[in-house]
Amino acid sequence: MSNEGKIYLYPIWLRIWHTINALGILVLIYTGLNMQFAKPGFELLRFDLAVSLHNFAGITVAISYLIFFIGNLITTNKKYYRIKPKGLRKRLLKQLRFYVYGMFKNEEIPYPISVKRKFNPVQKYTYVAVMYLMVPIIIITGIALLFPETIIEDVYNMSGIFITAILHSIVGFIISIFLIIHLYFATIGKKPYSNFKSIVTGWH
Amino acid sequence: MRFHQLGTSLLVFFLASFALNLKADNDCLRCHSNQTHTIYNDWTERNEKRLMNPYYILDSLKIKAGVHGSFGCIDCHSSDYETYPHQGELKLEPLMTCIDCHGGDENFADYKFEQIEEEFGKSIHAKALGEIFTCSKCHNQHYYQAKARTSESVRDIVKFSNEMCISCHDNTSKYHLMSDSLNPKLVDTHDWLPNQKLHFENVRCIECHTQIKDSLMISHNILPKEKALKLCVECHTANSHLNASLYKYKNIQARSEKGNVGIILANKSYVIGAYQNEILNLLSMIILISVIACIIIHSFFRIIKK
Repeated sequence: MSNEGKIYLYPIWLRIWHTINALGILVLIYTGLNMQFAKPGFELLRFDLAVSLHNFAGITVAISYLIFFIGNLITTNKKYYRIKPKGLRKRLLKQLRFYVYGMFKNEEIPYPISVKRKFNPVQKYTYVAVMYLMVPIIIITGIALLFPETIIEDVYNMSGIFITAILHSIVGFIISIFLIIHLYFATIGKKPYSNFKSIVTGWH
Repeated sequence: MRFHQLGTSLLVFFLASFALNLKADNDCLRCHSNQTHTIYNDWTERNEKRLMNPYYILDSLKIKAGVHGSFGCIDCHSSDYETYPHQGELKLEPLMTCIDCHGGDENFADYKFEQIEEEFGKSIHAKALGEIFTCSKCHNQHYYQAKARTSESVRDIVKFSNEMCISCHDNTSKYHLMSDSLNPKLVDTHDWLPNQKLHFENVRCIECHTQIKDSLMISHNILPKEKALKLCVECHTANSHLNASLYKYKNIQARSEKGNVGIILANKSYVIGAYQNEILNLLSMIILISVIACIIIHSFFRIIKK
């Protein structure tokens, strides 16, 4: 297989992290739903097993997040996540317009992928929000729920565990929705499977 | 004039009996709420200070806070205790049981003492130990409070209830008053329970160890350990077992007056699976369906515009 005309976008450390993260998050969503909507006689997975698996996958994803975080600190990969506020709204709207209109009119891709620009503006800022806001929140609340004795008992007369758990579930839901959209957008490549191939081989 | 005299006499009588009663109680508690007591020794003809038997030391504040706080000691104990040193055989006086006073009393109909007695009769305590297992083995008459009916805090109710169980099950000498067998270590026998400490603090032992009786506020049919609830999902589900036990107290719901969310917030508990917020559930369903619908529509246009 020739990589001619292709660019090497996803280094090996990133692909390893991405794989661990993807598998971990799938397990977390499945076991999380199992706990939230468990019913006697209707358990896809035994409750205690779901708890243990959720804990295991949660710790794995938290550690793998460190790979991502440190990798982005020490490698050039960080440049893809740098926030540039100037003209941000315009860039986002331009990309969104392409998704809902331009791509059906065979318009040119407004922000084609290059070594300098791995993500289009919508991708970039979604990833920034998920990876630097949502994932840290879910990891912190998850660790807190793993050690509930560390949670403040009363927060303005509300249960600390309650607030932590609700926040954990809401962010979990947002990440699940992100995953669905992420998987769908991944099919918008040269061919529907091109991007999936890229994240395995590293070449785009 | 005669009416006035009668009123004065009644008032004097009332105050005198109140003062005497108070004096009698104070007399008892003067020794029985202290670590030491003084006794006049006829042999040595001296006052001697002795240590009080720790099992006979009472907490006077807890007594006052209890359901029998207004009682005088000799309302239940023999009046012969008023003489000191107490006669040795008084220790063997048969004390009244709960049913002796509360049974058939309309004032306590709401508590359903007869039904409690019937349910208790089916329990492992009654079956294994018979009549020697009296109400007072769990319900300390000196300090008992109707916590489940009076407290707004589930945690408080749980603590009070669990203390009754562990007063024997985590106390070897008290346990051996009832049984010659080895007292099982609670932490070891419950090591299968995740977040054990959290469970112990937030649910009562009786949640899993009794057979629920809807007509009773608190189930008294303590089951043999083999029949205890061990399936997580019985509690960790929308229609949680806890709704029929710990959270069934109407008074808590009525007092909080904040709806379902309020009850959970006010009671400072969160149970995975049992807590379902209808608004959040609906909102998440709408978002999920909208996203899937958008993806289907987008895919449709991608296919036809190819």
